[in-house]
Amino acid sequence: MEILNPAFMQRALLAALLVGITAPAIGIYLVQRRQALMGDGIGHVALTGVGLGFLLNTSPVWVATAVCVVGAVVMELIRSSGKARGDIALAMLFYGGMAGGVMLMHLSGGSNANLISYLFGSITTVAEEDILAICVLAAFVILTTVGLRKQLFAICQDEEFARVTGLPVRLLNLLVAVTAALTVTVAMRVVGLLLVSALMVIPVAASQAIARSFATTFALSVAIGVLVTVSGTATSYYVDVPSGATIVLLAIGVFLALTALATPLARKRARRAADAEKHCTLEVPGTPADDVRVEA
Amino acid sequence: MDTGSERPEAIRAHEDAEPVIALRGATASLGSRPVLRGVDLTVRRGEVVALLGANGSGKSTAVRAIVGQVPLTGGELELFGTPKRRFRDWARLGYVPQRTTAASGVPATVREVVAAGRLARTKLGLTRKADREAVVRALELVGMADRIKDSVNALSGGQHQRVLIARALAGEPELLIMDEPMAGVDLASQEVLASALRAQVARGATVLLVLHELGALEPLIDRAVVLRDGCVVHDGPPPEAVGQHALPGHDHVHPHADPAAEPIRTGLLT
Repeated sequence: MEILNPAFMQRALLAALLVGITAPAIGIYLVQRRQALMGDGIGHVALTGVGLGFLLNTSPVWVATAVCVVGAVVMELIRSSGKARGDIALAMLFYGGMAGGVMLMHLSGGSNANLISYLFGSITTVAEEDILAICVLAAFVILTTVGLRKQLFAICQDEEFARVTGLPVRLLNLLVAVTAALTVTVAMRVVGLLLVSALMVIPVAASQAIARSFATTFALSVAIGVLVTVSGTATSYYVDVPSGATIVLLAIGVFLALTALATPLARKRARRAADAEKHCTLEVPGTPADDVRVEA
Repeated sequence: MDTGSERPEAIRAHEDAEPVIALRGATASLGSRPVLRGVDLTVRRGEVVALLGANGSGKSTAVRAIVGQVPLTGGELELFGTPKRRFRDWARLGYVPQRTTAASGVPATVREVVAAGRLARTKLGLTRKADREAVVRALELVGMADRIKDSVNALSGGQHQRVLIARALAGEPELLIMDEPMAGVDLASQEVLASALRAQVARGATVLLVLHELGALEPLIDRAVVLRDGCVVHDGPPPEAVGQHALPGHDHVHPHADPAAEPIRTGLLT
């Protein structure tokens, strides 16, 4: 395995593995409450953090983390306040974050190549001092998304109901926002800030095509995430192609393949269900299961 | 407001019971529009109370205020004898919000959705065997136990509503609050829900439900409270005529039921 020899590849593959786990793990909750583009918003805000890191001459990962967390909390507060024009406020945050990042990057004298590597990711840039940060942040994301899966499922499924069960909904919502922000900074070196959101959404969308339960969707999304990030990173080592774009295109490929596979599967399931109900009608006419089928 | 002196047996039977919900002089607004304008509503232990009224009469806002989802601008609210702001015992209460689907952006099975109702008891802790059994029992009550492993996306409208009710029942609540549980539900599903509710009442649960019309639940209702423009215009036996005539949009409210008709309603509770 000569691919494991260069130290930068070891770091890149470890980062890719962690991205493959964490991005779909938090992404599933965002998709569940139809906030699929939140990762994109945080990615834009993160760029201001990266620019600030360059300007202050400190680690861009930690500064980006801090700025992302602030941005995500603001986004969550806008969402939960239910302001009618929340989408406009979010748009301001997206574009403000992007413009701020470019401006700060320019002021700090950073090169365009530097900017491009943050926007689209590059496996050679996972620095030694970044890897500890990435591991710590990923551990937090995994503990949160797996350990609190029942609670997070409940608040993303039906927020009003979750509040009446007495769950600390406001706190859990903020936790989702913060966890999404941390995932963005974990993923930014490998897939880039503009493509982070793709890894939060596409593996989940692909799993949905064949899964029936939340638990299966979760496990399958993470499996797809790891598959595409690790194979995409390896591909970009052998063939000189950008890692972020390779990973996202692979993910879309998996999505298309599973969707194509799902159509006959769904038809088969529907036929089996229809058979079961027909059987039921013949033997016990007038059972509730028989009657409620009248509805569309 | 009508409080007749010859109160029927169904109401007398609960007169001495402790109030589970006590709403006094409640006012609330949505935006700048006042929706509740001094509502008094008391529900006593073991009662089944229907909240009726036309669209926009404030009935939904009233129950959402009771479960803490709409802030009161005035008046008082006590749940189980505790002022609302100090009430923390949410596991005693089961809530069915007004919605037509149990699905969300990601696939989920019937079991997963109903298990969320158990979080009132488990909170941030672990799920135990008793919790899993409660989920199955709740689904049996609404006749959906055979669909436990199915995706909620594969259910019909009436089945969605049954899943939402099972979710509220999974926490084994003492008080069940339901906001239009019969919206978009066909007659067969209504019968199933009526029998599920009957089982809850038989084990001593208290029920407050918002209804557009009494329908299949009519025999279970002890008392009806009718709202019009944010005020209580009737508090007593269920209006005799159901459907359009029961609504305050109709010109008058039938103040008294024929006492002779009452024993049908009391049989379940005594």
